[in-house]
Amino acid sequence: MTATSATGDALLSYDDVLAAYDPALGLEVHVELNTASKMFCGCPTEFGAEPNTQVCPTCLGLPGAMPVVNGKAVESAIRIGLALNCEIAEWCRFARKNYFYPDMPKNFQTSQYDEPICFEGWMDVEVDGETFRVEIERAHMEEDTGKSLHVGTSGRIHGADYSLVDYNRAGIPLIEIVTKPIRGAGERAPEVAKAYVAQLRDLIVALGVSDARMDQGSIRADVNLSLAPKVSAGSTAEAPLGTRTETKNVNSLRSVERAVRYEMQRHAAILAGGGSILQETRHWHEDTGVTTSGREKSDAEDYRYFPEPDLVPVAPSREWVEELRGTLPENPTQKRARLQAEWGFTDLEMRDTVGAGALSMVEETIAAGASPQAARKWWLAELARRANDAGVELAELGVTPAQVAGVQALVDAGSINDKLARQVFDGLLAGEGTPEEVVEKRGLAIVSDEGALSAAVDNAIAANPDVAQKIRDGKVAAAGALIGAVMKEMRGQADAGRVRELILEKLA
Amino acid sequence: MTAITCNTRVSAAEIAGALARGETSSVEVTRAHLHNIERHDGAVHAYLHVDAEGALAQAAAADERRANGAPASALDGVPIAVKDVLATSGLPTTCGSKILQGWVPPYDATVVARLKRAGLPILGKTNMDEFAMGSSTEHSAYGPTRNPWDLDRIPGGSGGGSAAAVASFQAPLALGTDTGGSIRQPGAVTGTVGMKPTYGGVSRYGLVAMANSLDQVGPVSRTVLDAALLHEVIGGHDPLDSTSIDQPVGKLADAARRGAEGDLSGVRVGVITELSGEGYQAGVLARFQESLDLLVEAGAEVVEVSCPSFVHALAAYYLVMPAEASSNLAKFDAMRYGLRVLPEGVENPSAEEVMRATRDAGFGDEVKRRIILGTYALSSGYYDAFYGQAQKVRTLIGRDFAAAFETADVLVSPTAPTTAFKLGEKLDDPIAMYLNDLATIPANLAGVPGISIPSGLADEDGLPAGFQVLAPALADDRCYRVGAALEAALERKWGGPLLDKAPGLDPSTGSGQVKLDQRNGDAR
Repeated sequence: MTATSATGDALLSYDDVLAAYDPALGLEVHVELNTASKMFCGCPTEFGAEPNTQVCPTCLGLPGAMPVVNGKAVESAIRIGLALNCEIAEWCRFARKNYFYPDMPKNFQTSQYDEPICFEGWMDVEVDGETFRVEIERAHMEEDTGKSLHVGTSGRIHGADYSLVDYNRAGIPLIEIVTKPIRGAGERAPEVAKAYVAQLRDLIVALGVSDARMDQGSIRADVNLSLAPKVSAGSTAEAPLGTRTETKNVNSLRSVERAVRYEMQRHAAILAGGGSILQETRHWHEDTGVTTSGREKSDAEDYRYFPEPDLVPVAPSREWVEELRGTLPENPTQKRARLQAEWGFTDLEMRDTVGAGALSMVEETIAAGASPQAARKWWLAELARRANDAGVELAELGVTPAQVAGVQALVDAGSINDKLARQVFDGLLAGEGTPEEVVEKRGLAIVSDEGALSAAVDNAIAANPDVAQKIRDGKVAAAGALIGAVMKEMRGQADAGRVRELILEKLA
Repeated sequence: MTAITCNTRVSAAEIAGALARGETSSVEVTRAHLHNIERHDGAVHAYLHVDAEGALAQAAAADERRANGAPASALDGVPIAVKDVLATSGLPTTCGSKILQGWVPPYDATVVARLKRAGLPILGKTNMDEFAMGSSTEHSAYGPTRNPWDLDRIPGGSGGGSAAAVASFQAPLALGTDTGGSIRQPGAVTGTVGMKPTYGGVSRYGLVAMANSLDQVGPVSRTVLDAALLHEVIGGHDPLDSTSIDQPVGKLADAARRGAEGDLSGVRVGVITELSGEGYQAGVLARFQESLDLLVEAGAEVVEVSCPSFVHALAAYYLVMPAEASSNLAKFDAMRYGLRVLPEGVENPSAEEVMRATRDAGFGDEVKRRIILGTYALSSGYYDAFYGQAQKVRTLIGRDFAAAFETADVLVSPTAPTTAFKLGEKLDDPIAMYLNDLATIPANLAGVPGISIPSGLADEDGLPAGFQVLAPALADDRCYRVGAALEAALERKWGGPLLDKAPGLDPSTGSGQVKLDQRNGDAR
């Protein structure tokens, strides 16, 4: 069955895709390191500075200027490589990737080519309790380019009135992590892609080498996808890989999943119709959920790589590599087992927590003082729903673990109840300050004035004589109706437990 | 201008001595050289930009330091010319190319910063083949420099401007850069001294690269001692250049002084078989042989060494150099600095169209030729056969040097195969032009140091020839020792410096006097 996308691409239904094809994924993730200075010069790297204020002769590519490698960036690259179970090169070089683009100061990017610093690694990715081993081909160091701003109605280079370039980003250190083709994920390919990027992000956060903000572009994913005809059951032969497309700059976890699914359906519709896939770069459109054709990318594109003659080889000593291995955070699988035991979560609770991408937030919330069950409850029930409604990832929702712990502390202190807590989250998302400030501003604190409470209970009893009589006759369960009436009168700002006590006292 | 009282024909070391003794002032010396520029550079065209005001201000500051008894260095106050391929803060830097017309760097090359720190007033920027691509300075977009020995002849290249400035007493010292011989070959054909230091011995930060793995900044002078003194000022580790060697620069002036004493006992001098036979002008070979005899007289032992891979050096060079150059020159795209040309007849041109039009108008033919060569050599499918093979040849050349230095302390050859040829003579024959660097290129490919000193005048044309001394990496002192010994022996024979034999430049033969500070169209 074929549908049509917003841009007119024919899309085969997902079930039909899976019936006929096996997807192969390849992910290229760029991680912007959080080093204080750039990859090859001393310029600062802070995000959001005035355009072209964090530049020097080297990162502007002025004639005569030369690069010097940032040792901290090499250290971060090695730590990422070790965390991904990679080999670390004993000797490697930078290389020039030559192509012309206005936002690239030298019209070549200093990168690594056939001698990456990290190679041959893997990461186990969990999807619904099942483990997929993603093989890492390489992780290499390179510099970022400047940022073009196309001014005009189109917002893109075509049809722009003029373009501006901000070179603050030029020369920011990047680590590009490239997987080998991921095959055998079948229907779960989109989830595997998303889970890989999510887990990689968690790893980067744990390593402390990047801000790891997808929304700010400090982690950017390029998604390669191809389809191969499904191999008949029982056959051990693997079909050759199909022609791939590379979807650039997919900047949220949700989009990674959607982009894979979209490309699978688009490829399948073309192949099923007897067509062939054009090897090209495609752009992901977050708003419409489609990909569109970018520049054609064929094998004929020739970057004329050669070793960067202005830099000496990088040769990390084995002693240093081992020293860095000692600084690695716990591996994710071990860490999960440890946390599950510490928190007393069931397998299902743990799986849901991981699946929602909430592990690190729950962990930080607990670290900030909340109980494990409370932390899980807020992130998985309340906040996951809000994130879903807003179409964003949990981590990008805008509520911090410290805030969640703060809300729970107010609940534990009896200042608010769960229902009021939800209103506190409304306030937090609206940027009204700390949980305490939101409670204060919105007047959400539970009324602890016994006189007001007592009066409200009396009113409820008076208004519901039948219910009151039932309670006097010993049907304590009927108290719920009176509690509800009291809470209504108190606009929710009462401690339901205390209300219950008062009702039972008065009707004893 | 006040009367010129200072003798500009003496060496930099002698000027420094006179300054130290208070016999003259830096302002006086600087003014005298500016006067020479005014008189002669209309004919020679060694300079692209003259900074009289800046040089005199620096000279005044030097005099003040001397007066306070605190000179910044041995050469404090001795003026110098700088090849236009080195970035100079506040002074135009064009690399002899239209594409950089009007560019004023916001920073100093490390060597320029070191000149300033040592107190050498900068007279101006010297002419060169565009982006240092050439052996005659005819490829400058701002017109050729002429050889002070014969104004119809080339001064060598790419650093013809620096060599001619020093040869015509328009500067006592100059900085050059040498990628395949651009310091040494101009030295040979102008009767001056030029030294290419060990690769990594002098910072390249701020040198607008032609071929990063071959380029090296070095001194241009009239005497070996002067070159050594200047080398000590500019040499040594620079954290801004990753390829710079983290070692002290060494006692080079001492080596030159020791050499000048004339005793080379125990020094083994290797004559490279492959660089002393076919393709050399008879007069050049005759002067080479005479120089060898003088070295033997000084006590040196002459041995013959073979470096079989050197025959492939030129071919390897013309793959590595254009490959690196093609990438280096990509940055000249009209986006950030330099020339910007809008394509004709195109409404609302795209960035790519502006880049194309600018590069087409801004680069000369030789530059385009090398960009095309280099782009081809790096292309996928050709890389291994061209760039890869060339790198292997480099390794072999390095091995040849290593083996030769087992049996010889220094290696020697004529610097250039011929004396200065006529302007235009080889302009339409790139291969003939490239052959000028036959003997100088191996040192660049292997990163070893080499000096050229005047060996006399060829009998057939009465023009200067050069003698090259090569040493192992980091043994630059040997170039100075052997070079100074030969220089002393030759000057005894000639009864004075070779340049004394050069015909005097008559200011009236020039194409007009230079108006200071108004060179290069765009300058200040």
